[in-house]
Amino acid sequence: MSSNRTDNLTWFRRGLKDGFPIAMGYFAVAFTLGITARQIGMSVLQSAVMSLTMLASAGEFATMTVIASGSSYLVMIITTIVVNMRYVLMSAALSQKIRPETGLGHRMAISYAVTDEIFGVASSVEGYLNPFYNYGMAAIAAPGWTLGTALGAAMGAILPLRAANAMGVALYGMFLAIIIPPAKKDRIIALIVVLSMGASYLCSVLPGIKALSSGMRIILLTVGIAALFAWKVPVVEAPESAEEPEAPEHPDHEKKGDA
Amino acid sequence: MKNTNLYLLVAFLTIYLVRALPMTLIRREIKSPFVKSFLYYVPYVTLSVMTFPAILSATGSVISAAVGLAAGVILAWVDGNLFRVAIGACLAVYICEWLLPL
Repeated sequence: MSSNRTDNLTWFRRGLKDGFPIAMGYFAVAFTLGITARQIGMSVLQSAVMSLTMLASAGEFATMTVIASGSSYLVMIITTIVVNMRYVLMSAALSQKIRPETGLGHRMAISYAVTDEIFGVASSVEGYLNPFYNYGMAAIAAPGWTLGTALGAAMGAILPLRAANAMGVALYGMFLAIIIPPAKKDRIIALIVVLSMGASYLCSVLPGIKALSSGMRIILLTVGIAALFAWKVPVVEAPESAEEPEAPEHPDHEKKGDA
Repeated sequence: MKNTNLYLLVAFLTIYLVRALPMTLIRREIKSPFVKSFLYYVPYVTLSVMTFPAILSATGSVISAAVGLAAGVILAWVDGNLFRVAIGACLAVYICEWLLPL
């Protein structure tokens, strides 16, 4: 029991350490979010509460779009689901990273901070994920995100345009730092990255498809491309499930893999 | 004009359920190699799709954004540290916009 607690503490500390760069990146990105919040008439407190509770970049931009347009609450619900649908996939993926016997409390707590970056870092842990690792990252990333938003709302107007422009790429820099290093080691991932970016570009210019909301395009492309690769190039290794003999439910997928 | 606080409450509850339902409902280890592989590939596709071409309109001009993208890719390739890549990309954009009048 006590060794377990020490273990949790170790993971929490590790989470704090690995969450620090996330918090710094979040701060810059959230700052731009705060500027937008102020522009649509939200108070500093409202923008901070939004960031603390939602902890989402694209999701919060979408929320502010709905607020600014004065649409119905139903539109808010639908937009929020669509724009954040990738979190369903990330949560499902993360549900496989934690021990199957993990209780409801931990599952509900982890869910609060399923973000692109926390998910990305948590996925890179070898073997089972200790929930305290996520708590550590959330404990520093969420305040960074909230504080950044509040400061952006409070003083965004006095920030020079050039500095605001430069901060606009912070979020994408973080995304690149999550996808490029694995792509360097694994040619399949590299192919997925290049293909996904290419397809995403095409979808943004093709008539008809470009009319879809960006949240919708993200979902369609994610499901389509991830399913294609899962079908053609299934991941063979499953290190943490070594103790139970694999009984593939769809053995034909393996065969298609070498096509 | 609707209530902003109520909007925020609705948005929070929705996004929380989006995250919590899969996490609490999927209690067993998924055995299917297809589903396993699918979930493994999801983040790479999502993050790639969200990055490009959206990054090109994230700054004052396409040129400075492209410079930021290039800096981000190179830094992620040689270094990989989340913070340094993000800040490096921002600095590249800043310097580019300082050198090139918009």
